[in-house]
Amino acid sequence: MENITPQLYTLLVFMVVGSIVAIETRNLLSAVISVSAVGFALSIAFLFLGAPDIAITQLVVEVLVLIILIRGTILIDNTAIETHRDTLAVVTSLILFGLLLGFGAMIFGSSGFPEFGEPLMRVSRVYVQTGMPSTYAANLVTAIILDFRAYDTLGEVAVLFTSILGALALLRKDGKVAREEVVSA
Amino acid sequence: MKGMTLIVRTITDFVVAFIVVFGAYIVLYGHLTPGGGFAGGVIIACAFILLMLAQGKEVAFSRFGEKTAHVLDSTGALVFLAIGGVGLTAGFFFKNVFGRGEPFRLLSSGMILPANIAIAFKVVGSLYLVFTALAIFRRRSFRSMIEDELT
Amino acid sequence: MTVYFLCAVLLMMGLYCLVAKKNIVKKVIGIVIMDYAVNLYLIIIGYKHGGLAPIVEPGMNAQTLGRFVDPLPQALVLTSIVIGLGVLSLMVAMCIRMYEKHGTFDMSQISKLRG
Repeated sequence: MENITPQLYTLLVFMVVGSIVAIETRNLLSAVISVSAVGFALSIAFLFLGAPDIAITQLVVEVLVLIILIRGTILIDNTAIETHRDTLAVVTSLILFGLLLGFGAMIFGSSGFPEFGEPLMRVSRVYVQTGMPSTYAANLVTAIILDFRAYDTLGEVAVLFTSILGALALLRKDGKVAREEVVSA
Repeated sequence: MKGMTLIVRTITDFVVAFIVVFGAYIVLYGHLTPGGGFAGGVIIACAFILLMLAQGKEVAFSRFGEKTAHVLDSTGALVFLAIGGVGLTAGFFFKNVFGRGEPFRLLSSGMILPANIAIAFKVVGSLYLVFTALAIFRRRSFRSMIEDELT
Repeated sequence: MTVYFLCAVLLMMGLYCLVAKKNIVKKVIGIVIMDYAVNLYLIIIGYKHGGLAPIVEPGMNAQTLGRFVDPLPQALVLTSIVIGLGVLSLMVAMCIRMYEKHGTFDMSQISKLRG
């Protein structure tokens, strides 16, 4: 395959610009749509990086994120919050994050962190070589998440179950009333 | 929630079945081609969410009820746990004790296929549930909606 | 290295949105952007120049298998994306509850009301 670096840079710059628009715009609806555009660009980037599984999942999840954000929040209230901007806090946080970024670049640049395009693959070499003969699953990602590392997936299912349960418990309306009736009776 | 116009409803009625079939394909062939339980489950959930957005909640609940979603949600998690428990009979948790079959066939690779299906059921149930709760929340309370569904 | 730097820039922008913005929905958007940045970073770590997608086809030999990109970060990110969706729905539910109680999405107003 040819060199994918120009495409990757283009997509990353697009994502950064989309994030700036999503953060700085006043209208909440345009913010949500901008963040969704960032997600679709991310899906294309996954496709370039040799991860079609992740690209499919990201694409479909992005649609659901858009629907949930619009129906859940924007339809309720779309008024821009017109308070004065706290300039000191904004400047302070920008300087702080710039310093954090600089120190991170120094640390990652000096240590033996792998360059782009040359992964370490100490564990994955075993998975790649023995994945197909030992599980007969042609898709190695599925072989890893459901055979070699099924514990991770079990934990993931538990986390998804708990978060959905939490959302349902928060949105349920008359649970509290019923408990008060029990207490008063 | 009311439905949309006649054109949208007709097209939706026609398209939803195809989306569900495509999601089922993504789930069933998750161990051979890109895809799997997560992606296919979200696709099937999106089909029913499209039905609810286009046709209103009565039609969507007549096809895929609230209680069914609860049952699917819990059953998927339990079945996945049970698939892990079957491995205990032969050694350790999540041991692949089912027959591996032939490579590059649909019925191969042991427990990966049933585990994919279980995860797909779980994802479909939970995402559909949370969307109904978010969408209908403002009109009526959640519990009375379930009670109406049961009666 | 520049690719990692751009990912870190994306992460820092999400963090800035989370810290400096007053609107709760903007904070949720900041968390979503941080989620994207971390997922992209993990996938980029596993990329190999001229790499193939990790899907075995009939007739592949050991040398072709050696050209695969790293499948382990992909497996981790696959679970992370769906968990992100669940957490997002939980956060949106919290936002709706806050709006119902206080009548606004403004964080400064809410903290004033609570004292």
